[in-house]
Amino acid sequence: MSFVFWLIAALTVAGGLAAVLLKNLVHCALALTIAFAGLALLFLQLDAQFAGFAQILVYIGAVAILVVFAILLTRSSETPKDGGIFSRTWWAGLAIASAVFAVIGWAVLQSVAGLPHETAVPTVTVQQIGMALMGRYVLPLEIVALLLTAALIGAVIVAMHEKDGAR
Amino acid sequence: MLEKADQLFVLLKDWLVGFLPGGWHAPAGAILGVLAIAVVYPTLFAIAVLLERKGLGRMQNRIGPNRVGPFGVLQPIADAIKSLTKEDVVPLNADKTVHFLAPVILVVVAFMGFAVLPAGRNMVLVDMDASLLFYFAMGASTELSIFMAGWSSRNKYSLLGAMRAVAQMISYEVPLLLSSVVIVMMTGSLSLVKIVEAQNHYTWGVPHWYIFTPWGCAAFVMYAISATAETNRSPFDLPEGESELVAGYFTEYSGFKFALFFLGEYLGMLSISGLGTTLFLGGWSAPFAFLQWIPSWIWFFSKVMLSIVVLIWVRGTLPRLRQDQLMNFAWKFVLPMTLLNLVVAAIWRFMGEGLLRWVVCSAILLVVYVVAGRTEMRRKHFGPRSYRYAE
Repeated sequence: MSFVFWLIAALTVAGGLAAVLLKNLVHCALALTIAFAGLALLFLQLDAQFAGFAQILVYIGAVAILVVFAILLTRSSETPKDGGIFSRTWWAGLAIASAVFAVIGWAVLQSVAGLPHETAVPTVTVQQIGMALMGRYVLPLEIVALLLTAALIGAVIVAMHEKDGAR
Repeated sequence: MLEKADQLFVLLKDWLVGFLPGGWHAPAGAILGVLAIAVVYPTLFAIAVLLERKGLGRMQNRIGPNRVGPFGVLQPIADAIKSLTKEDVVPLNADKTVHFLAPVILVVVAFMGFAVLPAGRNMVLVDMDASLLFYFAMGASTELSIFMAGWSSRNKYSLLGAMRAVAQMISYEVPLLLSSVVIVMMTGSLSLVKIVEAQNHYTWGVPHWYIFTPWGCAAFVMYAISATAETNRSPFDLPEGESELVAGYFTEYSGFKFALFFLGEYLGMLSISGLGTTLFLGGWSAPFAFLQWIPSWIWFFSKVMLSIVVLIWVRGTLPRLRQDQLMNFAWKFVLPMTLLNLVVAAIWRFMGEGLLRWVVCSAILLVVYVVAGRTEMRRKHFGPRSYRYAE
């Protein structure tokens, strides 16, 4: 737990909190981007280059942009006048979030015992990840690709203009 | 002697670092590298701006800037002083923080891309395994700063420009990445240093640049198109179309912040030209074997500046596209062609050495290009242009 880790962790948590607590929706989306960037930095700090850069490319380059686009295209980006920032069912959200966190935390803590004890830090190059994806894990990769293609076609069909005077 | 000229800047760095005690060598070297990037590329930016203003002027039958210094060569300095001394006007309703952060993030991210570009033999700041991925990750981050600029200005022109810019950059990023994937497939590495080294071989005095292969040439054309769109250059300059949107997403910026946007745009051009040079034009390797005595960094920067000149030339030549033409072109023509190019590259890889693979791969690409182009053109029903009110 170095100084750099605490710095990045503080940045990430602050970004996440700001995303929840800010009033303006676009500000929330931008704060979420800070949290994404913090996560990417955490990956990079762990020497996971591929995961770190993919995080930036996918989450900051695509997901954050999609979020702001969705906000701008669906409703006004103005700050709502009435009420606070908490919805009336905040306790349900809190319960679900803490339950999910508990399950993930439990799973992570359980898996520590099952792992082999490695003294040296393993070095995984991008090439090894590529080889694994194209070799051993090629079937899951193809299944994910098929799923994404189906989702893409579905999105296009939903968005497609209905021809006037339906046949 | 020639060896020394080639490694001039590396030797200079080593000599300067040598004055410090042992433990300081690595950080001092890194700082010197960052300083070099922060000095060289803005200088190239000034040269590019001058080239653009003079060249465009000539193409439009004007003289261009000719008042400051001989032939107007000191114009960039005058521009810099002017933008530094101008008042910084921020709209009353603007979102102050986001409005301030947008140009800063844009320029920082634009500079970071240069860190992985090999500007000469042994002249790269960060030689990492996934440098191409790093470059594209940084390139993707510029979109958000453009959105921030457009949204925070609270101006309809800014917002429209930002939306157009982001939509265009997302659309053209896909073919940009896919056309570079071919190079990665062939080299077997994401490291830009290794990609340049793989191209630095010669047969009969001609280098093994990727542009001299059927798939490389096709990928280069599509990369060039996508790169032009990615940097919002004409004919893809809808986000800042002066006749429609004043200045697009940076309408509400003045003084030095405007200059930062200008700088960011040109740095983007320089860095994407540098990446194109690295991927397709052999990076710092010489175009003929007998020219290898000329230092490698001269070749890299000449190629980059040549790409800039071509971009300026295209800007002076082509009219602006319409929004629907822009999107249709990206999704219905460039993207399928890049996907086909991936298949062609795979065929090339598995056919082995010989003349046959040249014939087969070129034939596939040419036939599909001609057939797809013809059918698309026929579907559009292009005829003689008709004017409704002016005959």
